[in-house]
Amino acid sequence: MSGPAPKERRRADCSGPPGRPFWTGRRREALAGYLFVAPQLIGSAVFVLLPLILVFWYSLHEWNVLAGSFEFTGTDNYDQLLNDPSLPGVLTATAVFSVGLVLLNLSLALWLALMLNRRLAGTTFFRTVFFSPVVVSLVAWTIVWRFLLQENGGVNGLLDVFGMTGPNWLRGEFTAMLSVIVVQVFKNVGLNMVLFLAALQGVPRELYEAATMDGAGRWTRFVRITVPMISPTILLTSIITVVGSLQVFAQIDVLTSGGPGTSTTVLVYYLYQQAFQFHHFGYGATLSVLLFAIVFVLTFVQWQLRKKWVFHEQ
Amino acid sequence: MVYGTLALLSVPFLFPTWWMVTASLKPANEIFAFPPSLLPDSPRLDAYQRVFEVQPFAAQYLNSMYIALVVTLGTLAVSSLAGYAFARIRFPGQNALFLVVLIGLLIPSEVTIVPLFQMFNEWGMIDTHWPLILVPILGAPSVLATLIMRQFFIAIPRELEEAARLDGLGQFAVYRRIAMPLARPALGAVAIFTFLHSWNLYLEPIVFLSTPDKFTLPQALTHFVDAYGGPMWDVQLAAASMTALPVLVFFIVMQRQFVEGLAHTGLKG
Repeated sequence: MSGPAPKERRRADCSGPPGRPFWTGRRREALAGYLFVAPQLIGSAVFVLLPLILVFWYSLHEWNVLAGSFEFTGTDNYDQLLNDPSLPGVLTATAVFSVGLVLLNLSLALWLALMLNRRLAGTTFFRTVFFSPVVVSLVAWTIVWRFLLQENGGVNGLLDVFGMTGPNWLRGEFTAMLSVIVVQVFKNVGLNMVLFLAALQGVPRELYEAATMDGAGRWTRFVRITVPMISPTILLTSIITVVGSLQVFAQIDVLTSGGPGTSTTVLVYYLYQQAFQFHHFGYGATLSVLLFAIVFVLTFVQWQLRKKWVFHEQ
Repeated sequence: MVYGTLALLSVPFLFPTWWMVTASLKPANEIFAFPPSLLPDSPRLDAYQRVFEVQPFAAQYLNSMYIALVVTLGTLAVSSLAGYAFARIRFPGQNALFLVVLIGLLIPSEVTIVPLFQMFNEWGMIDTHWPLILVPILGAPSVLATLIMRQFFIAIPRELEEAARLDGLGQFAVYRRIAMPLARPALGAVAIFTFLHSWNLYLEPIVFLSTPDKFTLPQALTHFVDAYGGPMWDVQLAAASMTALPVLVFFIVMQRQFVEGLAHTGLKG
């Protein structure tokens, strides 16, 4: 409706009979709709979209918080990004962490779900056991593991019982990364396990029975029936886990502080250091843009792959 | 055979919690006994007392509790309203607006932490709890909640609503009296997700808060250090136990609703 139309015109415009009130059922409904979504929409605008635009804007500036300077420098920060001697190491650590976490987490979750999907007594108990770390406070969980992984901690104590001498887990480059991954897998694998269990319960038993009659072995049934039938859940859990793995921060901060050296300095940790410890906000924003680009590309790729391998029931 | 495997696998899931609680009852020198003992020789609560002496732990506990509760209630309100509208009400531009909201799912909060810090700085809200309350309720974290609520409301049979509309109820009354009572499983799942998310928040508190009185629990846990910066293990583990145990006990009591709630969030794919 353009321009200040007289009231009579407007009424005529909304295709009702003449004399019908302005607040028709449909308009009332639309107004209710806008009011209902207003808090979420305003919130998204102020706390998601605006910061997203600002992060690109800041990345074009040299911004020293301590000196109070803020000046436009064009793509200087991006040049710095390309020449940052730390960046290859940071990206490698990020990739190693993500790949390791996703592979371990998804395969363990699926294996646990398969074991607990049988009709055995005590499965509820074990589900509770494997799920319980999900609800334990993350930092509390990580602090305990930091203690257990010390040179004279519980893990090496256990190895000692079997006559083995364990390394100082959090101080070796390889073992530190391994520790961070494994601690995180134990913390969250229960969540994926529950999602897999829910999906497995939706697979019709007749399919397995028919396949068994046709002489299909365990592995064949798993690859030909289970995996295709639960592929939407595999996609969902992998997206959640991949994006989650890029966000890991507290575990790194508590377990290793990014060390030894920079072997466990993942992108978010590096971003935090640059922005909030070294007060390079402009460069921090540039690293945020990089993080956003990585998340965006990965999610997009996974979503495209969906068409290739996710099985859709007709 | 299966039980053996499962029992062995349970160790890394159960032992840390077990160890956290038992070690917090041991005197400092016994914590480092090698090999570690499974039960304390003479359990004592010393460390639990010192938790409150080293830091304003009671205030920090209260901070985490009230922030998580406010965030949970706020998120339930915001996400159920928006989820209901996107599922059941028709209005022009609906799909476009839904896509705008969904962008929040794509953006990890870490990406926006620098501009958010600057925005709250401009508003004079640094070292207050406002960022920890406003962003989760209105920003990206509540988008997942809205999505879950929408999936749930889509599945409600239309007849129920139509009957109510014929009885003369307005949109808000239908939402409040018909849809919300039906949505209890979804609301439960969202409440659990949201509470745990707020309870575990770590990066945001350490970025936004600097006064120990205002700290939240995860942030406070890492501050139990002695004069030389070394961790006070027994005290830290006692504090960690007090942080982890209430939620864990609540979970064990509510176990069925909990896991089923998570499994039936419409996330089944």
